[in-house]
Amino acid sequence: MPQWVADRGTTLWSHHAMKSFGTRSFMPSPPVPPAPQPVATGAEHPQAPLSIHDMTVAYHRRPVLWDVDYDAPFGKLVAVVGPNGAGKSTLIKAVLELVPRASGQVHFFGQPYRKVRERVAYVPQRSSVDWDFPVSALQVVAMGLYRRIGWFLPVTKKWKVKALEALERVGMADYAQRQISQLSGGQQQRVFLARALAQDADLYLMDEPFAGVDASTERAIVSVLWDLRKSGKTALVVHHDLQTVPEYFDHVLLLNMRLVAAGPTSDVFTPDNLRATYGGQLALLAQVGHKMKLGGET
Amino acid sequence: METKPDTEPQPSLACGLFSFGVLSPDGAFGQSPSLRSSPIPRPLQRIPFLLLAAWLTLAPEVALAESAPAGRSSLLDWILPQQFNTRVVLLGTLLLGMSAGVVGVFMLLRRRSLVGDVVGHSALPGIALAFLVLEIRSPGTGRSFPALLTGAFLSGMIGVGCVTFIRRWTRIKEDAALAIVLSLFFGIGIALFTVIQNLPRGNAAGLGQFIFGTAAALVPADVLLIAIAAALSLALCGLMFKEFALLCFDEDFARSQGWPTVALDLLLMALVAAVTVIGLQSVGLLLVVARLIVPAVSARFWTNRVSRLILIAGIIGGVSSVFGVILSGAIPRLAAGPCIVLTGSAVFLASLLFGPQGGVVERWWRDRQLRLRTARHDLLRAIYEIVEARAESLGRIVEDSGSISNRPTPAALAALHLAEVSVSEADLNAARTWPASGVRKVLDRAQRERIVVRDAAGWRLTTEGAAEATRVVRNHRLWEQYLVAHADIAPSHVDRDADLIEHVLEPDVIAELERLLAQRPDDHDVPPSLHALPGS
Repeated sequence: MPQWVADRGTTLWSHHAMKSFGTRSFMPSPPVPPAPQPVATGAEHPQAPLSIHDMTVAYHRRPVLWDVDYDAPFGKLVAVVGPNGAGKSTLIKAVLELVPRASGQVHFFGQPYRKVRERVAYVPQRSSVDWDFPVSALQVVAMGLYRRIGWFLPVTKKWKVKALEALERVGMADYAQRQISQLSGGQQQRVFLARALAQDADLYLMDEPFAGVDASTERAIVSVLWDLRKSGKTALVVHHDLQTVPEYFDHVLLLNMRLVAAGPTSDVFTPDNLRATYGGQLALLAQVGHKMKLGGET
Repeated sequence: METKPDTEPQPSLACGLFSFGVLSPDGAFGQSPSLRSSPIPRPLQRIPFLLLAAWLTLAPEVALAESAPAGRSSLLDWILPQQFNTRVVLLGTLLLGMSAGVVGVFMLLRRRSLVGDVVGHSALPGIALAFLVLEIRSPGTGRSFPALLTGAFLSGMIGVGCVTFIRRWTRIKEDAALAIVLSLFFGIGIALFTVIQNLPRGNAAGLGQFIFGTAAALVPADVLLIAIAAALSLALCGLMFKEFALLCFDEDFARSQGWPTVALDLLLMALVAAVTVIGLQSVGLLLVVARLIVPAVSARFWTNRVSRLILIAGIIGGVSSVFGVILSGAIPRLAAGPCIVLTGSAVFLASLLFGPQGGVVERWWRDRQLRLRTARHDLLRAIYEIVEARAESLGRIVEDSGSISNRPTPAALAALHLAEVSVSEADLNAARTWPASGVRKVLDRAQRERIVVRDAAGWRLTTEGAAEATRVVRNHRLWEQYLVAHADIAPSHVDRDADLIEHVLEPDVIAELERLLAQRPDDHDVPPSLHALPGS
């Protein structure tokens, strides 16, 4: 048995431990508020904003995430925390079907993703796009509305007003007509956030929104997150700065190639769990993964 | 932060079109700068332009036929060719150039500039095979234009598919995949051409034009096919503008929203293959990539908006193609392909030099503005600091300035009497290094800008000059204080750092500095220098 399972405390929930307890839920102890928009399905899954069941993800046969089970709680801000290469971005991309899943099921609000896309908003890493692209901040934000605008139809004034409102929420209305390469890194990040806000979703999946941003952007993003929580929305945020986790987030999800622990910050964000998360990759897990990539040609 | 409305310079090409009602959408007329929209869907806005282009190509003869005497000037003949055929060719060329320019924008934005090249080269085996199949079925029909184009399109798509496959499923990187597919397909094509040449009944004459291109070989029926295909590609680009732009900017996000990105990508590839293939005969497969990419790259120097980029690239593509064909018609035995590419390149060169969005001239101008501003600030601060260093020794000033106990700082004294003290060029030369052209040149310019005046003892600041000098020195020292207090940089080192930064300090940064250093914005006191001043 690996070290991190052997010395787990009462709050350390590994996926193994969780399976043996026979529970799939990491809901906080206070009663869970009902879904803002109840979805009528016959599914026996909880209607959690995001429910991951036994998900394994592999890049070119090499597993980077093993057997993740997780239910996101309603109306909470969840920090996804773990070392480099822990699979944090992969987790988000895999649930959104941007990278293929090797196994497992994912449900949003009790439904498969394709049925509830409009209730889920995605904020990719800022570095994932070319910021020299010839568009204005407003046009980027309007992209969050394209699905609702529909095929072939142009972005009319009505939609531009909506996009401007989203920019206003991140304090960027003054920069609406700026070409995006003329914005600072923090401002670009806020534009990305505004694009997700424009979607008016119920669940937000954000990949490193705080990476390399200035202090005023960090304040702006945090206040947006708190506003989202106030209106009953859920957000999963990949976060690097351990210091600010307890201040910003209600829940944490500790990840290092597998789910180390998840739950309310006060319970889960403990030195022991952090040591288990950051104590280096599990040697065997990484080794086996490498072997699978080579396809046994050793 | 000051908010400045978006004042992107309108390209002059596009400006001319305002009068035709073509460019209404993003125009800055009447509406608020932050929100602009148009009642007409974007695709429809292009129709007047297409009609105009068609009229310009076809109508002159109709318009001039009656009035023109038999002996028209040769220049007019040259510009407004009389033969119907020539004009048909020009119309086809125009549409081709426009569609290639528009599709090329998406290729450029998607960083797939060389895809057109792959399509062009891999079209060759398709052309040869189509010819062979037709010849075998019924000899003599091999040169059917639609069939050859279909063959070219299919094998072009297969070539692109091969690149995608190799990149995706092998360890070979994109550039190597391009090189392999390109040369392999071209090789197969040349081999098949040789086979055709050696056929007993083979009449391959004319197939060679696909390699180097010749617009003259087009007959009206071919042009009709080309025009329809080009118009369809243009319409599709207009219709799918929003979807393609999203795909190019952020594919992952598009996919997460449920857009069928793979299908969109395929459609875009098919468009590239289509405009490449229909353009093959006129420019040839070696040069066809230029037709796709050159207009897009040129247009990038004129605008920062993808919608205008498409419009401008379309215009550049169409116009340069037409001029290329006219040029090749005017000079005997000059093929159309090279002419089209050369005129396109001339437009590119002009854009590179004079484009307002990062053109060479614009950059040089901005650099020059910064250099001049830097020299001006340096001069103002040098004078201020010389006066400041002398403040104690200027007996009259000290007497004027009250008792010893609340005697103002030298900095404050200097601010007070800045416009009354003259400094010599020698003082200035001792104070700091100046641009190679010398301090005199800086002084002369400053005099023209009325911030210094010359008097018997040397140079003296005007009232405006004094006010600006105070502001410049204050900014410089605020920045120095910030570096020392917040960035832990030694006071002896901050002067040079601040020297570089102070010229680009914008009002919002100054406000932030004032907040950090607890200075009120209305408190215009100049803080004392943190290091020894040059003159003291």
